[in-house]
Amino acid sequence: MASPHDLQFQEFEEAAELLSADPGASTLSMSASNSINPAGEGEGEDVKLDLSEDEEGQEESSELLGGQKPTGGFWTFEYYQSFWDVDTVQVLDRVKGSVMPLPGRNFIKHHLRSNPDLYGPFWICVTLVFSVVISGNLSTFLSELGNPSYHYRPQFHRVTIAAVVIFMYAWLVPIGLWGFLTWRQGAERQIGGYSFLETVCVYGYSLFIYIPTSVLWIIPFEWLRWTLILFAMVVSGSVLVLTFWPVVRDDTKVMSVATVVTIVVLHTLLAIGCKMYFFQTAVHVPTTAPTPPPLHITGSTRPH
Amino acid sequence: IVERHLPSKMATAAEEEANRPFAGLSDVSISEDIPVEGDISVPVGPSARRDDEFSTLDEPVKETVLRDLRAVGKKFVHVLYPKRSTALLRDWDLWGPLLLCVTLALLLQGGAADSDYQGGPQFAEVFVIVWFGSIIITINSKLLGGTISFFQSLCVLGYCILPLTVAMAVCRIVLVAGSGSVSFAVRLVVVTASFGWSTFASTAFLADSQPANRKALVVYPVFLFYFVIGWMVLTFSPSQ
Repeated sequence: MASPHDLQFQEFEEAAELLSADPGASTLSMSASNSINPAGEGEGEDVKLDLSEDEEGQEESSELLGGQKPTGGFWTFEYYQSFWDVDTVQVLDRVKGSVMPLPGRNFIKHHLRSNPDLYGPFWICVTLVFSVVISGNLSTFLSELGNPSYHYRPQFHRVTIAAVVIFMYAWLVPIGLWGFLTWRQGAERQIGGYSFLETVCVYGYSLFIYIPTSVLWIIPFEWLRWTLILFAMVVSGSVLVLTFWPVVRDDTKVMSVATVVTIVVLHTLLAIGCKMYFFQTAVHVPTTAPTPPPLHITGSTRPH
Repeated sequence: IVERHLPSKMATAAEEEANRPFAGLSDVSISEDIPVEGDISVPVGPSARRDDEFSTLDEPVKETVLRDLRAVGKKFVHVLYPKRSTALLRDWDLWGPLLLCVTLALLLQGGAADSDYQGGPQFAEVFVIVWFGSIIITINSKLLGGTISFFQSLCVLGYCILPLTVAMAVCRIVLVAGSGSVSFAVRLVVVTASFGWSTFASTAFLADSQPANRKALVVYPVFLFYFVIGWMVLTFSPSQ
């Protein structure tokens, strides 16, 4: 290593390294503008020695906080890449965990293991949107097969409605739930809550069971449909309950029961609402003025 | 030509040494509080710019248009006979996908109950699905760590809509003949075959750019994308 007073031509990296080691030294270099400016930008691999220590310290503290690994500001691509850091095997394993809830197996602790991803929730929601619309269209077509006055319609506008409903459910409910749980923990001074991404992840994967359910809904037997929807609600509801019960049970009895009941009720509303709107077996009555349909509130079927 | 501006303290020394470049540096030591600025300008050599040889400003318009059309046509052939070639990736362009998207959207018009909102996809809906679908799939594959560039992936996904567009044209011809269950069976076979062809062609181009343990995660959205387009093609029902 050359000393600062060596007057030979020095490479920029060495000069930067010397500067970072001893900012008070005087140096000589051809690129004069750089000799005063300490290489704080991490140029050249030699300089990273000083900076990486700080970064490691920061990363460790952030892991303690939430189990997340943000590797940049939220405006960088790498930040979002950390949420897509899953392999095929991992995704399949998480999907399996969402359809087979075993008591004592917390989905977040057991399957996510502090690596929540957004790939699963996003593509499960997209698939669910299309599977619900396509199956609904097919079931309407099959139920009207014998009807000579029925003219097949693709009903493409339902894609927009389904997308809005499902994505709002998959994002707004976790936001509300996470905010509520964090506020309760703040009030009760508890630790061990779930991060926002883990909540979104659980909700996204819990919607997976509805995809095969919606495909099976094409079969035009009402008793079968209600059995299927009950089964799906039990499975995915129990995934959610098993995940959130350990966090909530330390709260007062009233609040914990109310939270769990709200989770289950919202989930039920989504399932029944989808069934009511997309899988109508009502008598086909021609409408003159199209009216916006009610979304998962009423039990009556609107003719479309 | 290298110019250096030094503060006045050093001016005399600099003037003395101005004739010998870099010679003055050996006796100058610069401490922190003197700002030193440098100015290096590299003159452009007298050699002619290489762009002149490929200038397309002077050729007739017909030549320009035909060149692009030939490039698009060459890529169509690559899609129809998908082999693991890099030509589609190297010289990407978005004319082909635009042409195909417009053709598909136009062919999907004139369907049942166009004025009634229960009909098939509107022109804008087809555009949104094709382009936003391609963009989302591309972002997804890049987030998963793919090495393909953004526009290359858009190009591949757009060009591989070609079999489905051909199927749409065939379906409309079949529907002119009749719309009973025989025509539905024929359309079903044609759409299924072209959907499989599209998916196979695009994965032949895209699969290499992904790490091996995530290939399925990238292929599934492509499958879903062409499945939705295939469903739009199949469910097209003519107005009566």
